[in-house]
Amino acid sequence: MKVRASSFTGGSALTPFLAIILALACGALIIWVSGYDVVDAYRGLARGAFGSKNNWAETLVATSPYILAGLAVAFAFQCGLFNIGGGGQLIMGAITSTWVGYHGTGLPMAIHLPLTILAGAAGGAAWAALAGWLKASFGAHEVITTIMLNYVAAYLLDFLVNGPMHGASAIPKTPDIAVTARLPILLSDTRLHAGIIIALIMVGIIHVLLYKTTLGLSIRLVGANPTAAENAGLPQSRYILTAMMISGALAGLAGTFEIIGVNYALPTPFNSEYGFDAIAIALLGRSTPLGVLLAAFLFGAMRNGASTMQIAAMVPSNIISMIQAFVIFFLSAEILFGWIWKRKAVVPPVATAGG
Amino acid sequence: MAEATQPILELEHITKRFPGVLANDDITWHLNQGEIHAFLGENGAGKSTLMNMIYGLYQPDAGQIKVRGQVVQMASPQTAIELGIGMVHQHFMLVPTLTVAENIVLGSEPRRNGIFYDKHTTEKNILEISQKYGLAVDPGALIKDISVGLQQRVEIVKALYRGANILILDEPTAVLSPQEADELFVTLRQLREAGESIIFITHKMKEVLKVSDRVSVLRGGRIVGQADPKTIDEKALANLVVGRDVNLQVEKTAAKPGEVILNVDNLHALNDRNLLCLRGASFLIRAGEILGIAGVEGNGQTELVEVLTGLRPALDGRITLLSENVTGASPRNLLDMGVAHIPEDRYKRAMVMDYPVAENMVLSTFHRPPFARGPFIDRQAIHDHAVALVKEYDVRTPDVETPGGNLSGGNQQKVVVAREFSRPIRLLIASQPSRGVDAGATEFIHRKIIEKRDAGCAILLVSAELDEVMALADVIAVIYRGRLVATMAAKMATRELLGQYMTGQKGGTGALSP
Repeated sequence: MKVRASSFTGGSALTPFLAIILALACGALIIWVSGYDVVDAYRGLARGAFGSKNNWAETLVATSPYILAGLAVAFAFQCGLFNIGGGGQLIMGAITSTWVGYHGTGLPMAIHLPLTILAGAAGGAAWAALAGWLKASFGAHEVITTIMLNYVAAYLLDFLVNGPMHGASAIPKTPDIAVTARLPILLSDTRLHAGIIIALIMVGIIHVLLYKTTLGLSIRLVGANPTAAENAGLPQSRYILTAMMISGALAGLAGTFEIIGVNYALPTPFNSEYGFDAIAIALLGRSTPLGVLLAAFLFGAMRNGASTMQIAAMVPSNIISMIQAFVIFFLSAEILFGWIWKRKAVVPPVATAGG
Repeated sequence: MAEATQPILELEHITKRFPGVLANDDITWHLNQGEIHAFLGENGAGKSTLMNMIYGLYQPDAGQIKVRGQVVQMASPQTAIELGIGMVHQHFMLVPTLTVAENIVLGSEPRRNGIFYDKHTTEKNILEISQKYGLAVDPGALIKDISVGLQQRVEIVKALYRGANILILDEPTAVLSPQEADELFVTLRQLREAGESIIFITHKMKEVLKVSDRVSVLRGGRIVGQADPKTIDEKALANLVVGRDVNLQVEKTAAKPGEVILNVDNLHALNDRNLLCLRGASFLIRAGEILGIAGVEGNGQTELVEVLTGLRPALDGRITLLSENVTGASPRNLLDMGVAHIPEDRYKRAMVMDYPVAENMVLSTFHRPPFARGPFIDRQAIHDHAVALVKEYDVRTPDVETPGGNLSGGNQQKVVVAREFSRPIRLLIASQPSRGVDAGATEFIHRKIIEKRDAGCAILLVSAELDEVMALADVIAVIYRGRLVATMAAKMATRELLGQYMTGQKGGTGALSP
């Protein structure tokens, strides 16, 4: 059987659901073995995620960056690129948007806010473009370059926030961004900001881009079979840069919304673990925009419900990280599932090339 | 010929079913001691499945296998080997960096003191086998240094070393030149004289007639006929294989060559291992003419096609297409100039197997109207286009949204041909157009190629199948070690002559023949 790198873009739509159920079951087992009450724990998790207006709002606040960072990874996958650099691109987006956010004082919101968002997207795109350029021009593998650029971004952030971009306070963070650069709050008395709407719009845009445009089809063909695409006049090198920039822009937006929707200033270190969760989300979502949306919502809910679970059932919130890891584990074990299910139904031999 | 009293291998009512496919349907068959038995059939006829069951790779759903009269459970190839069954696969299972001797004994090496590889005993054993069967091999040579024909001989010795007296050869001549194939046939006869029983799988009818004692024809998973090669002719055999009258000879009128479309001058290129594989190839093709390139695989054909289609850079030389210098042009540029390409490797180059037939039909054209409207793709137009082509080219597919990978080889090739022929083209580069394609589809594709020629298209045909080159081409050139060592009118070419050029016995210096 031919081994394909399709775990991210192909396969049965059933597997993710099965992986989630199995992961929750394993989580339950560990909670039980550790001497906690499983029902209490999961009830606490659900209440923490959806128990009240504020819980719902917080779940969506956590979901927005997951959607965007997940889309970023998924989009690169569609072109056959493994963008591990979501974390770094997210930081760069946060840096550029923060800079525009506190420098652009005096501008009306109708100009300042879009400008800030665009700056964030551009920051992420530029950072990813670096890796794309290295690959297209020199063949440097994007996995290596994007991981390395994550470190560069983290230390650059450290330098900037402790140096040129340091705010008035003693703690290492930038000045607050102007009110005109902040996303409006959607639901009063909560932190739910308009970022979720933009994230949803981006899901739609990326869906249309991938499945309705010639650029999207080109990118997907390059991802599905680069040699056949090359033969059809679509060289991978031409699409690497584009795909990486779009991917980076999405990651940059994830960072941007954390600043202009939640924090209003950029601290260091900045939560770059989103970059790695994003890989899990893309994997769970089969790298389709709608799949990413669902996966991001699940991760957002779990992350948000974890603290309530800890308070209600005394179960350490780290168990959620374990469940998320189990999800990925079971997804990766799709080959195993396939083997169990199809053991009897042997795949017919592909007729060997005649010559 | 004399029937042996007890068949050495018997299959009784063997049936094997895969999801949606009945691969082998109630097959009852036997192999006599000391005979060469040919299995003839198109791709997908069920030959490989049947052999894999004999060799223990699959288990039959129904029926039984008997070896020397005993019912056996062929649980794995290990069982088969223990029962004296050996298989020579189409793609050799050899380690290029090890010696002939090491490859032969790999996995069951003679040892000294239980742990050390005993080179002396190994070579002595191999020499004994060599002498017994008349199969000369050099035990100390490295596999990577010896010819394909010799490598195949090593595979046979390997099976004999493991005690095989039933040998299965899966398409053994596919990789051989005509001369090497003839040598193989001599070997097979020697093995038969030494008491070996041989199953010979092929889809080439000439070979069946040449070497086998008995032939079974498989079609659609059943044995549709058995014959004595001495009393049946090629035409009757062909009808048995495809189940209807086929046209072995491609019908075509004399070519009417027009202006020069492609002019290739002194082309040099490197292969993937950075070795010089094209060493000054020069030729030209006119409109309405088919230039066939004959040659044993691996003499630069693949790289030549890749350079001509813009997929590989030329090291030196000049390619002129329609009096424009296109050396180093991109695949897209060449596509736009009217170059069509049927790649030799459908999986790698020609199709995106996970994608629907419809998308595969527009792989190189979807960015243009009518399939694109501005930046958007017009799914309906792509769909309608595919529906029309599926009908015109008789592609057997449930619908155009079926993934290309689900189609049979012949239908996949029709998709590729349909795609390439459905746009205006001036030059067609067809590389192994009938590879992995059944006889019916091959005939269809050949007819379409001739139609294109008659419409004034220049055609470069590269094929490892000499019959295909001789049937289609108007002019035949032989490629040997990266050079065209002979160019001749097709009607002047004989198999023997081409074979001599293909193996370097003639024209090795690159001299042109009349």
